[in-house]
Amino acid sequence: MPIEIPKDKWPGSIRTVTIGATSAEGGTRAKTVTVGGGTTMPYLHFEAPTPNKPAIAIEIKSRKPEDWSPLLAEVWGAAMADPAQWAKKAEEAGADLLVLALTVEDSPEDAVKAVKSVLGATGLPLIVWGPGQAEKDNELLVAVAEAAKGERLVLGICEDKNYRTIVATAMANGHLVQARAPMDVNLSKQLNILISDMGMPKDRILMDPTTGALGYGMEYGYSVMERLRLAALQGDAMTQFPMIVTPGFEAWKTKEAKVGEGIPEAWGDWKARAIHWETLTALALVESGADIVVLRHPESVKRVKDAIGELVVA
Amino acid sequence: MALSGIQIYKLLPQTNCKECGFPTCLAFAMKLAAKQVELGACPYVSEESKKQLAESAAPPIRLVTLKADGNEVKVGNEVVMYRHEKTFYNKPGLFLRVKASDPDLAKKVTQADAYKVNYVGMDFSLNGYAIEADGDLTAAVKTVREVTKRPLILISNDAAALDSSLSLLAGETALIYAASESNYESLAEVAKKHKAVLAVKADTLDALADLTQKIQTKGVEDMVLDLGGKNLGDWLMRSTQVRRLALKNFRPLGYPVIFFAAQNGVEKEAVYAAQAIAKYAGFVVIDTFAPEMIYPLLVLRENLYTDPQKPIQVQPGVYEINSPKPESPVLVTTNFSITYFAVANEVEGSGLPAWLVVTDAEGMSVLTAWAAGKFDAERIAKAIKGFNVADKVSKKRLVLPGHVAVLSGEVEEELPGWEVRVGPREAVDLPAFMKQALN
Repeated sequence: MPIEIPKDKWPGSIRTVTIGATSAEGGTRAKTVTVGGGTTMPYLHFEAPTPNKPAIAIEIKSRKPEDWSPLLAEVWGAAMADPAQWAKKAEEAGADLLVLALTVEDSPEDAVKAVKSVLGATGLPLIVWGPGQAEKDNELLVAVAEAAKGERLVLGICEDKNYRTIVATAMANGHLVQARAPMDVNLSKQLNILISDMGMPKDRILMDPTTGALGYGMEYGYSVMERLRLAALQGDAMTQFPMIVTPGFEAWKTKEAKVGEGIPEAWGDWKARAIHWETLTALALVESGADIVVLRHPESVKRVKDAIGELVVA
Repeated sequence: MALSGIQIYKLLPQTNCKECGFPTCLAFAMKLAAKQVELGACPYVSEESKKQLAESAAPPIRLVTLKADGNEVKVGNEVVMYRHEKTFYNKPGLFLRVKASDPDLAKKVTQADAYKVNYVGMDFSLNGYAIEADGDLTAAVKTVREVTKRPLILISNDAAALDSSLSLLAGETALIYAASESNYESLAEVAKKHKAVLAVKADTLDALADLTQKIQTKGVEDMVLDLGGKNLGDWLMRSTQVRRLALKNFRPLGYPVIFFAAQNGVEKEAVYAAQAIAKYAGFVVIDTFAPEMIYPLLVLRENLYTDPQKPIQVQPGVYEINSPKPESPVLVTTNFSITYFAVANEVEGSGLPAWLVVTDAEGMSVLTAWAAGKFDAERIAKAIKGFNVADKVSKKRLVLPGHVAVLSGEVEEELPGWEVRVGPREAVDLPAFMKQALN
């Protein structure tokens, strides 16, 4: 007996956003990354194909991070002290694009130098994060935005208490922004509205709903993402931005990933556990609608990439 | 799908006899729809109506229970596609597959059976074992049953071997895997005889629905579905389709789903199992006993099956982080789980010792609780006094969350002798604050 499969028909869709610009487009990237465009809940190809697969970004820093897990230090080695080398290794590890996280120690000149060296070392599109302190973010990101005019970088992270300067410089210099709200559908919408009201074109906004790591509040972000995706498909224009989330940052903060000693035996092998922690956090977020996941360990990148491959070509 | 009051009304006698205790049949129908009365209160309802009403009252996904000596695993009875719509109710059972031919069978099961891991105060374990009949099934069941009391799945096509194995499991409810088009008659007979649950397998959902109906006519009610599917995406679609159909009351597929996570190789096992947990599986079978994989899978399951309407609250109290000493600082926060974990995780990650005082803010975050009057100077002082924090420290130094800096004066008044400091707004900035401002 043939079963009639119920299909959802949605009036709305996710916007398509392209990161990076090639020389023909006014930048220097070898390729660009396009995400979004979905018209169904994630990967339901019996309703419609997935137009753009989710992208994987690898996070690197402008200076060698002293507080990262020894497991990450082991795998990236000396490259961690040189953003250009680190960027090359990240590209080899399978990144679709890169996140360069600046630090509070950076001067605007240091920041520009780090961004330039990364842009010179790889052809991948680039996301640049400030160190997360409003004044410093603005100081560094304005300098970076001007120095890399036309590259279609993503500048972040915009939050409700500090977004105007970042948005203004992104608009003036042909970049995009990452808009983060704390795990709440309405707060996400509100920030997207504020940024759009400044005149930022809607195809230059990525929405970051914030996530927790597995075991540390991941389920809140998971459900907020499902609700944002549903709202977007129902036609709510201010939720129709592709989503970027940071499972690498979150997972590698957890004790499960970070610590190898003095932990319960039931946690098992440290390295394998840490990679599972990052991979499973990322996978759950991909299932709930992430368009870009930012990761840290090459092995997690490989596994999440394989999973995405199976999800999009089912 | 449950019937509405009006739909139920149409099935009632419509005589308004009042013998049910309600003034009209419509009033009674409304109460029935709200599940506040039993249909039995109506003396005149027809047999035909009873049958229809019973069917509509049945859950869209059948509740299936596997039982062994004191241990049981309940799955099914789910009512939503997305957890925010209500909640996911019955956590999928996580089973380890073992082989009947394995000379170390008893040792392997013993080791896995002892596995226990604690996550935010809860102990988790594996739920049972799936025995693959690549050797003498009956002997293997005997061996396994000697070392574990958890429920079993028996993987075999051999009706005679299943029959003799199930005879060893009297009083239990096991799961037989799996009936297909070619063997369903003999397996259904064994399942019926031993009151076992029967897994059903077919290549397409059409064929699967046909098969469950045929098996039902053989007298087997408790079934579990294997959906096939060649990779993650294919399985995600099948599982989504089955959940949707079931929630629309399509009975032939209204059963829990079983998924074998290592079907495309053990290197993909964790990812496959994780998707199955997130996307509607009732039973997830893994092949590898690896604590480093089982722990995150159990945590994932717990996270996604937490009721989103009732966020986990942390017990108010004093939490010792990184073995604090009397001179270590006292940090204050609320008992909303995400707030607690954000703070505890940052402090723990920093390696710096601290006393973390968690106040009873009725499960709200710092800002929400402050706005609602559940996190004020009085409550903070009450917690500090109530938990006898002063007895634990030599240096009475208290750090308030930056979001409630405005409370610092009042807290100083409420707690004479304490030095009140204002910390950062966000947990992520705590380690830096503790290093710089508290030393």
